Amino acid sequence: MNGGMRYTRRKITGHLMFALSLFAALCTVLVLFWILGYVFIKGASGLNLDFFTKLPTPVGVPGGGMANAIVGSIEVVGMAALMAVPIGVATAIYLSEYGRGQLANVVRFTADVLSGVPAIVAGIVAYALVVSSMGRFSAFSGSVALALLMLPIIIRSAEEIFLTVPNTLREASLALGVPKWRTIMKIVIATAGGGLMTGIMLAIARVGGEAAPLLFTAFSNSFWNIRPDQPIATLPVQLFNYAISPYEDWHRKAWAAALVLIFMVLVLNVWAKWYALRNSPKG
Amino acid sequence: MRIGRENSHNEGERAFKGLIMLFSLIVLVIGGLVVYELVSASDLSFKKFGFGFLLGTQWDPVQEVFGALPFIWGTFYTSTLALLLALPVSLGIAIFLTELAPGWLRQPIGFVIELLAAIPSLVYGIWGLFVLAPIFQTYVEPFLGRFSFLPFFTGYPLGLGILTASVIVAGMIVPTISAISREVMYTVPDSQREGGLALGMTRWEVVSKVVVPYSRSGILGAVILGYGRALGETMAVTMVIGNTPKISLSLFEPGYTISSALANEFAEAVSKMHVSALVELGLILFFISIIINTFAKLLLWRMNRGMKVSGV
Amino acid sequence: MIKKLFVVTLAVLALAAGAAFAAETLNGAGATFPYPLYSKWFYTYEQQTGTKINYQSIGSGGGISQVKAGTVDFGASDAPLTGDKLAEANLFQFPTVAGAEAIVYNIPGVQKGLKLTSEQVAEIYLGKITRWNDKSITTENPGVRMPDLPIVVAHRSDGSGTTNIFTWFLSDVSPEWKQKVGSGTSVNWPVGIGGKGNEGVAGTVRQTRGAIGYVELAYALQNQMPYAMLRNRDGNYLYPSIETAVAAAANAKVPDTYYVRFTYASGKDAYPIAGFTFMLLPKEWKDKQKLTAFKDFIKWAYKNGDSDAKSLDYVPLPEKLKDRILSDLAKKVK
Repeated sequence: MNGGMRYTRRKITGHLMFALSLFAALCTVLVLFWILGYVFIKGASGLNLDFFTKLPTPVGVPGGGMANAIVGSIEVVGMAALMAVPIGVATAIYLSEYGRGQLANVVRFTADVLSGVPAIVAGIVAYALVVSSMGRFSAFSGSVALALLMLPIIIRSAEEIFLTVPNTLREASLALGVPKWRTIMKIVIATAGGGLMTGIMLAIARVGGEAAPLLFTAFSNSFWNIRPDQPIATLPVQLFNYAISPYEDWHRKAWAAALVLIFMVLVLNVWAKWYALRNSPKG
Repeated sequence: MRIGRENSHNEGERAFKGLIMLFSLIVLVIGGLVVYELVSASDLSFKKFGFGFLLGTQWDPVQEVFGALPFIWGTFYTSTLALLLALPVSLGIAIFLTELAPGWLRQPIGFVIELLAAIPSLVYGIWGLFVLAPIFQTYVEPFLGRFSFLPFFTGYPLGLGILTASVIVAGMIVPTISAISREVMYTVPDSQREGGLALGMTRWEVVSKVVVPYSRSGILGAVILGYGRALGETMAVTMVIGNTPKISLSLFEPGYTISSALANEFAEAVSKMHVSALVELGLILFFISIIINTFAKLLLWRMNRGMKVSGV
Repeated sequence: MIKKLFVVTLAVLALAAGAAFAAETLNGAGATFPYPLYSKWFYTYEQQTGTKINYQSIGSGGGISQVKAGTVDFGASDAPLTGDKLAEANLFQFPTVAGAEAIVYNIPGVQKGLKLTSEQVAEIYLGKITRWNDKSITTENPGVRMPDLPIVVAHRSDGSGTTNIFTWFLSDVSPEWKQKVGSGTSVNWPVGIGGKGNEGVAGTVRQTRGAIGYVELAYALQNQMPYAMLRNRDGNYLYPSIETAVAAAANAKVPDTYYVRFTYASGKDAYPIAGFTFMLLPKEWKDKQKLTAFKDFIKWAYKNGDSDAKSLDYVPLPEKLKDRILSDLAKKVK
């Protein structure tokens, strides 16, 4: 057995493994299109102008849509992001740029443990903290529940991304006399921009479709509402209500809602990637 | 990355650091609040059942006898199996995207895979119930049933159960693990890769011996997030797992997870003891998460002790 | 730019706030079973009177706990509270409509109308009858070819009023069930797999060969699933329907607390699995205008809501019961 044969075997192994990785990617893409296809077939017929402009109507009344739920989802997820992103990114900055020793470890550990909190527990906690004190259901309490779910994802992924920014960049910036905090803002965050967006998008995608944490917090609303201190309709809750009903018409609307949700996250994803790319420092 | 002087007299510097610290402490406060809420609401149940709750196998809301073991089992079994299924697939995708795919293909495919994360949990559940479960009942499980000398494949093929639930959850955590792994692997400097090639490694060996080890802590972070998601996954699991508090090795059997039990019973539970027992389940899940994370930290520490990679 | 955005946001918020005060708005929460009907009623009522009633189904337990906590104005539950629990929470409860439950199944070659005795249903759910070609089933169904398939029992995994009514029925029929398992919104099922929601059970039965389950009649009808004829207490085989459910409710003795069950009722046309769904409200209201709005709605629903109920497969209450409820509502809730 000479070096040539050994080398061939290594080469073949390599080709095989790469083929497997291609296979993995293909399978996943296939499954995605399978599920999306299923949702599309079931829901596309439910998408019409009414869906985007009208309030929900009961069974048997034609037309009707989820306009209030679409607006509501944007509002609740938006408020959640406003809370979770600054706290999450700041914590990630602490962990990667400042943290030393035990305190950093405890914070990181807390964030990791929080990532295992199921959606419904986040809802229960938000209920106890916000709904009980306010005495009523509100969009704001829903956002608190969602923020609780988003936070660990953002912290974890942001920290990993910051760690990949090479030290040479930091050192160069500091050598030029830029203070540490500006180095972080201008260099580290900007370089990590794309990866950071990925993490934030993952977090938004994660909570955008969750009904469980909203049932006991944002509740839902059959009518228009954008006040943060009142119950508000959201797409996942409407989806849930309609999907578990016996009526074909409502099922179709539920699938349509799923399509709209996925599409909204897709659009957000595209925009985020483009924005990060546009603002990243060259070279 | 703890470089740079933080204690300079620059006020901007101090204000910034102060703000950062404040926000980080909020995370600790949140963690504390979650624990506090869970502990106080589960107090009633804990007083009645004590630690026997962990080993109890009866879940009877009418008699008010509650035990957590079947749920703990189901949670661990499905999450771990889901991870075992998802990890090679996720790594495969990450490797494909960073090492193999031509530049123009990279963004679209990566994008498409992240789209899987956008699909609502309930949709996965319904698709699982109406599409995947029948396929499993008619084709996959009878095929696996040939290996029924192994305890994993015994029992009547129902289509609903541990196997289907694990597969669905695996599909849900693949985007998370692969997206973060990909980001981390992407930033491995080319100099490292070139060094490997210079040493005579094949392209694959560069990946397995250089790139992946270099990214190992990032990948572990991705895995932790993925496992956390699997532990907490609710709707998708509830629709396909069969919701039966049973303890069995067989993948064909129905089971129950803590999150599913909460999702199923919390909204309807009227008696204080029932609610308290459910919250105690949630608390147990929280502790499971702590244990898993501690385990992962130890793993990482051992990994880092064995191998020193420069630049990190 | 930022200033403009700020002003616009304020204006929109002000408008929304203004709109919120325009008409009376009530919030209600609870049972999933009546959700389709309530949403129809509240929609029509808003169009006719402008009063907005926002009802969301978070579960009967959720409805009860939220109305107790005061986060909603009224609750809805498929399972009634007993007299002492009502007094403890200072609530008033009353039924709104009734529903029947169908026993659905998926047996290759067997259409709608399989005949099952009530006792057989109990034995299936106890795990004592395990195959479809069991002697007892074939004797009741001469002429039907029963396959040699194991019976896959499906039940609800989530707490539900549907389960409550079904287990009341099983307890009435089978002393063994009553002693071993009992009744409630969640029970410790001896056999079977759990599906989430009526949809979960219906889905499980539709997908699994040999499955049997219990669902609200609307699900069986809307999904066109085959369902059984049950032998009632008087010995007659009946389909679940509005008529047979009304017959079951007709002879029910309704106490002051309105805690009433009429499963396995006597009566030649009485279908054995049926029950009421309830609303609950605090006995004392601070906001008298809201209370009047609510009372007006109930009057309207009892008077005009029957056709909507029937078209959605719900069972309207007998007229005498409605009158009694309305007078109690006027007297006991201030």
